[in-house]
Amino acid sequence: MHPSGVRTKKSAGGLVADEPLWLRVLLIAAAYTVIGLLILVPVVYVFVQAFAEGWQGYVKNLWHDPDTRHSIFLTLTVAPLAVLLNTVFGLAAAWTITRFKFPGRTLLVTLLDVPFAISPVVVGLMFVLLFGMQGYLGPSLRQMGIKVIFAWPGLLLATTFVTLPFVARELIPLMESLGSDEEIAAVSLGASPWQLFWRITLPNIKWGLVYGIIQCHARAIGEFGAVYVVSGRIAGETDTMPLRVEKLFQEYNNPGSFAVASLLTLMALLTLAGKYMLERYIAQQMAATRENTES
Amino acid sequence: MSISIRNVSKRFGAFTALNNVSLEVGSGSLLALLGPSGSGKTTLLRIIAGLEQADTGTIHVQDSDVSQLSAREREVGFVFQHYALFKHMSVFENIAFGMRVRHTPHEEVQSRVNELLHLVRLEGLGSRYPSELSGGQRQRVALARALAVKPRLLLLDEPFGALDAKVRQELRTWLRRLHEEMHVTTVFVTHDQEEAFEVADQVVVMRQGNIEQAGSPQDVFDHPATPFVMDFLGHVNVFHGRLEAGQMHLGGIAVEYPEYQQPESRDATAYVRPHEVELHRVPQGDTSLAVRVVHVNPAGPVIRVRALSAAGSALNVDLSPGQYGELKVRPGEDLYATPKRVRVFLPDDYSI
Repeated sequence: MHPSGVRTKKSAGGLVADEPLWLRVLLIAAAYTVIGLLILVPVVYVFVQAFAEGWQGYVKNLWHDPDTRHSIFLTLTVAPLAVLLNTVFGLAAAWTITRFKFPGRTLLVTLLDVPFAISPVVVGLMFVLLFGMQGYLGPSLRQMGIKVIFAWPGLLLATTFVTLPFVARELIPLMESLGSDEEIAAVSLGASPWQLFWRITLPNIKWGLVYGIIQCHARAIGEFGAVYVVSGRIAGETDTMPLRVEKLFQEYNNPGSFAVASLLTLMALLTLAGKYMLERYIAQQMAATRENTES
Repeated sequence: MSISIRNVSKRFGAFTALNNVSLEVGSGSLLALLGPSGSGKTTLLRIIAGLEQADTGTIHVQDSDVSQLSAREREVGFVFQHYALFKHMSVFENIAFGMRVRHTPHEEVQSRVNELLHLVRLEGLGSRYPSELSGGQRQRVALARALAVKPRLLLLDEPFGALDAKVRQELRTWLRRLHEEMHVTTVFVTHDQEEAFEVADQVVVMRQGNIEQAGSPQDVFDHPATPFVMDFLGHVNVFHGRLEAGQMHLGGIAVEYPEYQQPESRDATAYVRPHEVELHRVPQGDTSLAVRVVHVNPAGPVIRVRALSAAGSALNVDLSPGQYGELKVRPGEDLYATPKRVRVFLPDDYSI
């Protein structure tokens, strides 16, 4: 045992500094190698492949193929709609679970995780069995002129189901920790439920909500398995961007496939940037509040 | 506005929070609900506010039944123990909230908030946020916010519980003064008997969902109705002895107890406040008990002496600085203690 002496606050956190230099170099190098090989190289390769035929080829692949164009349009319609539905659902679920005591409350929280636990392919299959022509609800819906499977309502349904927990999962712990004191105070001051939501609850949870929406959106855009099953993969009709990537790849159209893939990757990177900026902003806000409290 | 609480009961699962409680609160009075935790005082306050529903019984405000009204319809100002200020709003907007949700005209809001900021002595702090205020300031904002909508009743839940001793003292005095200016019927919950006696003009002592005693502070302190009230309102010495013909016999001594004149002797428990015991260097006939001093705490306005009798029972005595100066008590000394006043609680069937 070597004498440790009195450590200052700073050196207590720098325990790593005691490790030998070679070990540190090795560990850091290993970390960079893994991240580089598994993440950085593939991402860069997507863009390299996408631009293999230059700018004009890239634009041509993305825009001059009507089926690809339609898949972009479809993804940019279905994903935001699913996010919208899940935002409303997530708010309602979080409110119900954190503000009321009722039997089966814990069960509900557990059920919320079902979409995360079940494989997306199984989810797709479930919907086909339920809404397909041989399913329970399919024929009667068909009589009313509503087509779910192999049509956009099915895509929306599958995407919504798979991304269901994101917003609620983000909000439940947040609302639990905030407590209902402010809300009760607002009610006793005469606020209607609507005023309560817009003036008290929403301002308190807005950053958690935005965070949940960003995550939900990222997942909704990239959804493949469930959508693969319910869509029927009809080009120009039910192909979303991830499905289009796979189809073009199967057709040996590498530049086309990678062009769509690069667009998907770009969206993901933008989401990541948004998330990063939001996290920084919140950290700054919290630091500012802390300073104010301490002074 | 007067409040009339009639036969209110409330259960949470197997726990009885309130057991058929009835209480009248006079218009313009300042009433303290006093009791240990779990006595039901906060539940009663929340039921008056409409934040909790009574299982049975009704609440009347100025002769109209408000039991079925929701919290937002009852027009009560409620102040929470932990303030519950709106963190994302300035002090000004916090106070204005009740008027904003009622769509009060802008100029009126402006003047009313400024008036309240003056009342709670927070002029110039309207643009601050709750996180930039001290605990005492936050509680005053919470009070101003509750008063902004001109409530019929003001209800405060342990209003000073989370503050340090000095600020708490200031706010008590201030609340008392504020009440004298506004005269809105006020009920506050506390577990601090000193606070209840200092601020309130009516004190209600609660225990296990029941009202033990209600009355003026002096009434409750001088004539506690039950051993619980006696014990809860301050330190107390407990003696077991026999009661007969106007005298209480405790160990070897006798103390006058004129309330009981029956000749037949019976077991009884006597309660003596520490400041109602005198200490002497020489025996005082058959009224004094030999004790040995074990501890003296001379800090503060009251000198607390702890002594043991020959039989081994503990006795607490409070001395004034004057008495202490005369007697110069030291630990280890043998002295004679004379209870000047005892209280005996007899079961109802023996009462005269």
